[in-house]
Amino acid sequence: MTVAAAPARRAPHPYAAPLTGIASLVVFLFAIEAIIRIGWISQFIVPPPSEIAASFGRLVQEEHIVRRFFYTVGECLTAGVMITVCGIAIGVLMHRFRLLQQACETWVAALASAPFVLAYPLFMVIFGRNVWAIIMMGFISGLPPVILKTIEGISGTRRVLVNVGRSFNLTGTQQVWKILFPAALPTIFVGVRLGLVFALINIVGTEFLINYGGLGQLIEDLAERYDLAGTYAAIGFVILVSVVFFMALEKVERWLRPVD
Amino acid sequence: MAAAPDDAILKADGISVRFDTPEGAVIAVDDVSFTVRPGEFLSVIGPSGCGKSTLFNVIGGLLTHHAGVVSVAGETIAGPHQAIGMVFQEESTFPWRNVTDNVAFPLELTGMAKQQRIERARHFIKMVGLDGFEKRYPGELSGGMRQRVSLARTLASEPKILLMDEPFAALDEQTRLLLGDKVLQIQQTLKQTTLLITHNITEAVQMSDRILVMTYRPGKVKRIVDIDLPRPRTSEIVGSEAFGRYVAQIWSDLREEASRGMQDEEQAVLLEDGAS
Repeated sequence: MTVAAAPARRAPHPYAAPLTGIASLVVFLFAIEAIIRIGWISQFIVPPPSEIAASFGRLVQEEHIVRRFFYTVGECLTAGVMITVCGIAIGVLMHRFRLLQQACETWVAALASAPFVLAYPLFMVIFGRNVWAIIMMGFISGLPPVILKTIEGISGTRRVLVNVGRSFNLTGTQQVWKILFPAALPTIFVGVRLGLVFALINIVGTEFLINYGGLGQLIEDLAERYDLAGTYAAIGFVILVSVVFFMALEKVERWLRPVD
Repeated sequence: MAAAPDDAILKADGISVRFDTPEGAVIAVDDVSFTVRPGEFLSVIGPSGCGKSTLFNVIGGLLTHHAGVVSVAGETIAGPHQAIGMVFQEESTFPWRNVTDNVAFPLELTGMAKQQRIERARHFIKMVGLDGFEKRYPGELSGGMRQRVSLARTLASEPKILLMDEPFAALDEQTRLLLGDKVLQIQQTLKQTTLLITHNITEAVQMSDRILVMTYRPGKVKRIVDIDLPRPRTSEIVGSEAFGRYVAQIWSDLREEASRGMQDEEQAVLLEDGAS
């Protein structure tokens, strides 16, 4: 009897996933364009993607969106570094001192869902109407997920890895930096990603509310002028900030932990 | 029991461990004493629940709340000791380090220069037969290969005593026999004093000079059997008549204990059912 061999499953091309992602986006934009042109969605609420794309040149030349983009990227980067350094340090401390963890973990979790952006007047009183008020809003809102995920990652480290460290007589600090931290890294990165999302939302939101800074201020200006195409294009740039950070984080994670 | 010869490198004297549980105190290990001579391969065998792993943790210094004394070359130990290198039952390689960096881990702790520790690590990688895989990460290796990385990492710390807790328990029988060959080869090359905790009779007889048989809970020393099989050994020895006799002898010792363990488990399930 002849048995047909099962076809071997080929590994996808390295560019297959990003190209599929871009193609899906293009198809989605064409579908939105068609729906708006047909009239199912009003052009006065959502401008067609072609109009949004056409506004990019104007935004670059007249509104200096590239400079504003880098302004917001700078704020996010500063807040991101702060939430990573402080979040991991606080998470490690809370894991180390069990009483502190038991006393504060619920509060930190509750803070993660707090709408910090509404507290912008307080931040303006403390820091003034400047870039630090915006960065601190991002920092405070992005901190809780990093703390919580650091605790979760360290607590979830397999017991046997800790025992390997103990069998080699590691000191407490060595245990943290050579075993617990690298073992918890994938979970910590989930926290950093979430923290950056929260920080970005709050940074752009604060820029919008206090009419200061980068993309948030531009969105506010464009919305005031009822420049819908420009507003959506600027929102597109906010998404671009998020994409840039996610890609950079992925690179850093792969560098720190090449294979899971 | 067991008068300690003066040349013993490892001595366990009157080890007892008690755990307090909601159902009451459980004596896991009860007055266990034995010695291991330099270069000797001693296996501790017993049914599940006899306290083998507890004994492993006590000797490795990971469990300190016990009665009795563990000493290495006359020095009483009260925690992990650099003379004892541990290989764990569970997969214990560091997934974020490649094979070389995993094996070089203990050398890194000593502050050895990078180039020197890489060379040293390569020596032990070759010893466990993983040359060619130096740059691979544990996630890219099979279970047996990962256990060999763990073994190489422990050997790299050059311990006086190699302490292994069922290192091949999760592997299939064929891989287990072949890795047993590898361990024997290394042990014979390095004249490495080895203490193996296992529940596998074949593995114990294949590798050991002596086998300590433990009773079911509380874990006590039931008998110590000398394995008088020629060395160097390989897995081919499992087909010999003498090997079969040792396996039968140890099984007859263990059978009663394993049956007790099984009855105990059944009783516990019935009690649990009754309670609910």
